[in-house]
Amino acid sequence: MENDLSVSRLVKRFGEFTAVDDVSFDVPAGSFFSILGPSGCGKTTMLRMVAGFEEPTSGTIAIRGRDMARVAPNRRPVNLVFQHLALFPMMNVARNIAFGLERRGTPRAEIARRVERTLERVGLPGFGSKEIAQLSGGQKQRVAIARCLVLEPSVLLLDEPLGALDLKLREQMKVELKKLQAKVGTTFIYITHDQSEALVMSDAVAVMNKGRFEQVGSPQELYGDPATPFVAGFVGDSNIWEGTVRECSGQRAVIGTDEGFAFEARRRGACAPGSAVRLFLRPEAMRIEPADASGLNTFRATVKALLFDGANSRLLTVTPAEHELLVTLPQNRRFDHIRPGQEITLGWHPDSGVCFRREGGDA
Amino acid sequence: MIRTLPNSRAYSWSYAAFVVLYFVFLFAPLAVTCVLAFNDSNFPSLPWYGFSLDWFASPGPERVGILHDAQNLRAIWTSFQTAFWVSIMTVVVGTCAAFLFEQENFPLKGALYFLMLAPLVIPGVILGISQLLAANTAGFFIEDTFGLDVPFLRPSFWLVVLGQFSFITTFVTLVVSARLRKFDRTLEEAALNLGANRWQVIRHITLPYLRPAIVGAGTVAFLMSFENFNTTLFLVGSEPTLPINLYLQVRDGSTPVINAISLLLIVGSSILAVANLWVSRKA
Amino acid sequence: MRRARLGFWLFLAPVLAWLVLLIVLPHLDLLVMSLRSGSGSRASWTLQNYANFFGEPIYWLTFVRTAMYSVITTAITFLLAMPVAFYIAKVARVRLQGFLLTLLLLPFWVSELVRIYGWMILLRESGVVNFALLKLGLADAPVEMLYNDATMIMGLVYTSMLFMVVPLVSAVESLDDSLIEAAHDLGAGRAAIWWRIILPHCKPGITSGAIVVFMLCLGNYLTPNLMGGKNSLWFTEQIYNQFIASFNWNQGAAFGFLLLALSSAIIWIGLKITGQKLGEVAS
Repeated sequence: MENDLSVSRLVKRFGEFTAVDDVSFDVPAGSFFSILGPSGCGKTTMLRMVAGFEEPTSGTIAIRGRDMARVAPNRRPVNLVFQHLALFPMMNVARNIAFGLERRGTPRAEIARRVERTLERVGLPGFGSKEIAQLSGGQKQRVAIARCLVLEPSVLLLDEPLGALDLKLREQMKVELKKLQAKVGTTFIYITHDQSEALVMSDAVAVMNKGRFEQVGSPQELYGDPATPFVAGFVGDSNIWEGTVRECSGQRAVIGTDEGFAFEARRRGACAPGSAVRLFLRPEAMRIEPADASGLNTFRATVKALLFDGANSRLLTVTPAEHELLVTLPQNRRFDHIRPGQEITLGWHPDSGVCFRREGGDA
Repeated sequence: MIRTLPNSRAYSWSYAAFVVLYFVFLFAPLAVTCVLAFNDSNFPSLPWYGFSLDWFASPGPERVGILHDAQNLRAIWTSFQTAFWVSIMTVVVGTCAAFLFEQENFPLKGALYFLMLAPLVIPGVILGISQLLAANTAGFFIEDTFGLDVPFLRPSFWLVVLGQFSFITTFVTLVVSARLRKFDRTLEEAALNLGANRWQVIRHITLPYLRPAIVGAGTVAFLMSFENFNTTLFLVGSEPTLPINLYLQVRDGSTPVINAISLLLIVGSSILAVANLWVSRKA
Repeated sequence: MRRARLGFWLFLAPVLAWLVLLIVLPHLDLLVMSLRSGSGSRASWTLQNYANFFGEPIYWLTFVRTAMYSVITTAITFLLAMPVAFYIAKVARVRLQGFLLTLLLLPFWVSELVRIYGWMILLRESGVVNFALLKLGLADAPVEMLYNDATMIMGLVYTSMLFMVVPLVSAVESLDDSLIEAAHDLGAGRAAIWWRIILPHCKPGITSGAIVVFMLCLGNYLTPNLMGGKNSLWFTEQIYNQFIASFNWNQGAAFGFLLLALSSAIIWIGLKITGQKLGEVAS
């Protein structure tokens, strides 16, 4: 497949500080690509380099095969939806959307037609004469996107545009954005610190940390098969044990945790008995009171509290060594009898836990 | 354009050069004034004859430095007294006005507020003449009716104070109001709830909160008064303030003693300006 | 509740005294005086003072001249201040901004008279600029650069610069950088960004700056008097002449009232055009 954007060995330094550190990736045409990372990881700098607002220290950015070095932002076939949208308050909706076309000298009649068509595409037909201040948060969002889409860019860049919305609207806009992207077929590059936004909308997600890409993959891969401890910790919730490797076998290892359990789990990277590791386990991977415990890691824990949250309900449990663990509580009424204070057996399959060698050594 | 957009080198440089030239334009007259205060010459002009403190300290008779210039010293003292009274009066009345407009509701408040802003848009010369006229009318009226002669209704020290007070109070009101508007009224309610009465609340809660604004406004009022010319021109009696006295000297030909006075004024106002900035930063 | 009412009256009384005694009554007196001839018991109502204004070309020509030059000054001030304000708010490095802004304000804490005096010793025949020109061989004989209209306008621009720059800096600062970036990203060039984004955004700041600068020029006395030539008559000088030289207070009052009407009208029109309120501009 043809790539709309390909970035290779991109570096950006601000004085001593390296914001983007040797990053390479390709975005296939027509896909929804997200860059996910905590604030300060360099994702905004990355995006602004693609848009042309920052000059890379080294490395290349190519859009549809054309090198973008020394091409001014307004000459690039990309448009940016800003974090706070940057809609022009001194113009109405139609003028905002027409702005870019007017700059290109498109004939008036043509502008009017395309503005109206774009408004329809984003689900705001007839909104042209409204003032920006009259719009709701979600509508502003769509106008900001329409303002870019009307120019038919090769790539649309979005800088956390949902950040300013309240939770409910954000949930709704996630779905809308995904549908809109599927409909228009433009390549979207979306940056966010919210893992749920990235997972829900994207075809591919890059997890970024300290200026580097930790892993690039589909949302399922990131969640089910994290490549680094950072990804395991950052994407989704995890229970964590510290421990040491006792023995290695194929793709698995037996780990003795610091509190004295012996668990078998998948391993990432080289395996050496005696090395310090960190074990990650999803809350939903744990089974409460498993009927058939053969092949599972099992241990006893005490229920400390019931965290009821509808379909997202969990148990807060503690091991005898006061290690707190979250356990997903399926809402199928089978576990309605569980009360705080009760002791229960928990079990999990060795394939659902993954361990990484701990930074800093074998001590 | 802005920092983040690409600019050609030539554009950036010529823009920076423009700004530098602007600052040169801004400071050239002040710098020249200050430097020439130290020229060992009888005229405030080049060439440079050497460094001298004559225009500060010389006792005369050929060159009279500012420290021995009785007339200018008297004018400075008059300006000081004027500015002192004006800043006290404007701060008191301006703070009252701020409380009145920010915390009270009464009929015709809008009209009164508009009236309060009016001195901003009345040229100083007009304020001067209308106050001169009104004082004169009042003086005649009192003399006719009661047979009393009220000296301060003729151009005099106190008429200058009143004239300056009439418009500087507006500035003080605006500064204090701006801060009062940001005041969290629940603090007052909390104090009332804890048993304080209205005056105790103002004294212990509101006024301490307003203090930076009041000090800042007082400083600005002092400077505005010290430097006022337009309004004062019409109201001044036999005791000229410093700007009036300087004006007469500049108009009729000058000696470098004016540079010396200017230097002192520049240093004095800069110190006040920086102090004021420091106070408002801390607030 | 009774205590609270007492507080209200304590705030109201000084404010009312200030506004009624020092603002309303004097300006009513100005109006009355302008409609009278003579004084004391021989006074009578008349429109003669206004008829004199329109009948004598020197009066109304000066009036028109003053207004025109004030407009020109306001325009030049804006053209100079806008790039500087933009530079400080958007182009200069962040660490430099506070320093530049302080530097910008500093000269305006110094008395207007000192600043004008500085220009006089720079520009007059024996001034510093002429000295430099002669030394550099750029002129054969000293050129008198003072006492003409161009210099006077420059002086007015210099004097009123602050009141344009400050509102412009805060207007530009409040413009979100991403609006400019967005416009650029959508293909706008420098001119389009200025016309479509920056200037519309800064309109309130421009209005308040322009109003204040215009009013200050109209009411200025020092600069035209000291830097303008013998035929650079300014309307405030006419007022001064009527009051102090001819001692014709009725005529002076009529002039004063006309100037007040002109400045109020211009301010009113300015506010109407841009749809703002005086209170907003003041703050």
